[in-house]
Amino acid sequence: MEFLSYFGGVFEPIAFMLLLGGTIGGLILGATPGLSPTMAVALLIPFTFQLSPTQGLILLGAAYTSTVAGGAVSAILLKIPGAPANIATALDGHEMAKNGEGARALHLSFMSSGIGGITGVLLLIFLTPVLAQWALAFGPSHLFWLAILGVTVIGSLDSKSFVKGLLSGCIGLWLSMIGYDDIQGAQRFIFHDALTGGIHIIAALIGIFAIPQVLDMFAKGRRKVAIETVEVPEHAIGDSVREVARSARPLTIGTVIGSIVGLIPGIGGQIAGLVAYDQSKKFSPNKAKFGTGHPEGLIAAESANNAMVGPSLVPLLTLSIPGSPTAAVLLGGLLIHGIFPGSDIFERNPEVIWTFINSMLIGQILMVIFGIAIAKWAAKIARAPLPIMASAVLVLSLFGSYSVQQSMGDVWIMLSLGLGMYFLEKFGFSAAPVVLGLILGPIAESNFVQGSMIAGAMYDGVWAKATYFMTGSLNIGLIVLVILSVGYSFMSHRANSKSPASDAGARA
Amino acid sequence: MKTMLKTLGLSLAAATMALAIPASAEDYPSRPIGVAVSYGAGGATDFQARIVTMVAGNEDMLGQPMYILNKPGAGGRVGWNWFAEEAEADGYMLSAYNVPHFIAQSIKGGVKYSADSFEPIANWGADPAVVVVGKDSPYDTIEEMVDFAKENPGKVTLSGAGLFVGHHIAALQIQKATGAKFVYIPTKGGGAAAMKAVIAGDVVGGINNLSDAFRAAEAGNVKILAVADLERNDFLPDVPTLKEAGYDVDNASVNFRGLMVPKGTPQDVIDVLAAKVPGMFEHARVTKRMKAGGSPLHVMNREEVQAMWAKRQETLSELLEGL
Repeated sequence: MEFLSYFGGVFEPIAFMLLLGGTIGGLILGATPGLSPTMAVALLIPFTFQLSPTQGLILLGAAYTSTVAGGAVSAILLKIPGAPANIATALDGHEMAKNGEGARALHLSFMSSGIGGITGVLLLIFLTPVLAQWALAFGPSHLFWLAILGVTVIGSLDSKSFVKGLLSGCIGLWLSMIGYDDIQGAQRFIFHDALTGGIHIIAALIGIFAIPQVLDMFAKGRRKVAIETVEVPEHAIGDSVREVARSARPLTIGTVIGSIVGLIPGIGGQIAGLVAYDQSKKFSPNKAKFGTGHPEGLIAAESANNAMVGPSLVPLLTLSIPGSPTAAVLLGGLLIHGIFPGSDIFERNPEVIWTFINSMLIGQILMVIFGIAIAKWAAKIARAPLPIMASAVLVLSLFGSYSVQQSMGDVWIMLSLGLGMYFLEKFGFSAAPVVLGLILGPIAESNFVQGSMIAGAMYDGVWAKATYFMTGSLNIGLIVLVILSVGYSFMSHRANSKSPASDAGARA
Repeated sequence: MKTMLKTLGLSLAAATMALAIPASAEDYPSRPIGVAVSYGAGGATDFQARIVTMVAGNEDMLGQPMYILNKPGAGGRVGWNWFAEEAEADGYMLSAYNVPHFIAQSIKGGVKYSADSFEPIANWGADPAVVVVGKDSPYDTIEEMVDFAKENPGKVTLSGAGLFVGHHIAALQIQKATGAKFVYIPTKGGGAAAMKAVIAGDVVGGINNLSDAFRAAEAGNVKILAVADLERNDFLPDVPTLKEAGYDVDNASVNFRGLMVPKGTPQDVIDVLAAKVPGMFEHARVTKRMKAGGSPLHVMNREEVQAMWAKRQETLSELLEGL
């Protein structure tokens, strides 16, 4: 309960102003396509030079928390996920916005973010020593199986057809191979200079999600269909609160998955939202409604991607190992103020660290308040006529993909992937599995190659790799999960194809 | 509206013309100077580049601010390819270099630059590679580890930040000097991922940055066995160099960071930069921040860097030959 005594620091005038500014600024930065939480925090670090360590960290912590949640705004309203964390949010959130329920989607997303986020920070406060050991338990073999577990989700994620889902996933895996391979030094599929560094995930996200819908909107305009505008009814906050209170299942699934996955260095935030979305779909009685504007998936995804924020700092603070790109930038922010993370950081710099953690707790609450305050206005975007909407999304996509690393190459990659995805969608393939393949490919591959090299050194004989990858309780546990997940997808696929009625329901 | 557009057009044309006028040394620099960093925002190179350039705008320095442009990808190759091929050689676009990285990459091929594509300005930092093992490792000295590796070839795994970076060069040098066979495991995700593998016990040991290893050792997570440098380091006075331990390993793997311009930049512009930049790196505010962040400062002038680059080119060509 030591942290309670440091709450005063958060409410000092300058500190609290920074917290407010960081939260509001973070929401805006997060909602801007192409500005990921990592970049937002990196951009703020020079501003902390002039501040005391505590104040600087408050600013960075507030920005980290709120950019992750702010990413939901563009995912829901424009179907441009600001970061990998928001992919699952876009799936149902944007459908809700198209049905005129944008305000409701934003309310639910901010409230579940807040609940997930606060739980995550509480875990950081109470369980850090235990969790640090857990973060270290994942070696290359376990990360490989985790990535494979993610791949098994592909077949059941946002796809009308199991086979097309898998095929889309394979396209994503292939895309992930492009570029210079860091581990073996091979150059793969580099037929243009812009591809030397591989396909940047954020440029790909923007292209794959935003461009097909822009093309769709332009196509509709050509057909002179009466310009459709969506009525955006006001949505009472009370209703949203009651709805979140009733959604215990997706909230629990999201928060638990987000906290666990967030801890694992190197995978964390990227897949937490997608895995939570998929699991809440599997456990939901309304499976068929997922992907049509059903709030359950949104709640699970948003609670997961904010729940991961707290635990992702555990390996950073105790072991000085940043578990995510954003945590790596935060490490820079700590070092520049002479604060060296380590297991004794809570004894050496209690004031700085506890004030930082407390500010993340208060920041979550502020984020929910401001998020809900803007929801009513932001949701009106859906009322914009299609031609204007299409042009705006196109401009934001160009801007977003260029600003990732100031490269025109990324803009061309974004546009080509978007055009390709437009035609793939016409044939019933969907975007989410492609992106999941793109994210998981490198994780699975690099850990497999590293694991194989380590296995060769640890064991002798032809069974070396099998011994390394298939023994140990954590490996076996993960393999069982993989088999269960594949089995589940297969069974539900068979059940679907046997009864034409439910198949038609899934297609509707 | 029309007049407004016209005015806008005129002022744009004027601005373009102003940019097109070739830089002459007298008024250089007359506008902000870009510094391309071949690694992502928040990484060690980016982070240090932001610190060492922060006083550029002072009147007694260059009088114009420097801004950072991140061009990450493929271990730095994307940024340096861009810098060699597309950056204007007018003194308004500098780049951060990492030696031995870019020289080793150019020797291995597949990139559009070599040490001859660039002109060094000055060096700001030097981060030596060190050999680390986990805190529970049976090895307390570098000799114990090397002896074990000699008796058990291919059994000692060493993690590092990637291929043809300082860590990899150090591993190759140790292998060559001792005759023992190690297994070098490059990680994706840089030095932090390589350090995690050591702390978690995924690998037997690792090669890592002195600054990161120093913090990990202070926190009690690793033991540092040796430094791959010519002299002991101030941060680690008790840790021997590999040379002291009897292995012929020099400082070729030390990660030198500094600023450079593309070949073809006017000589008078280079002279202005070479005269001012070392002083900028030694500014009190810069040294204070660098020290607070645990980033070792090592300022070298243009001539010293030219000599260092030439020496690296020679050592690395020999080391990487036939690999």
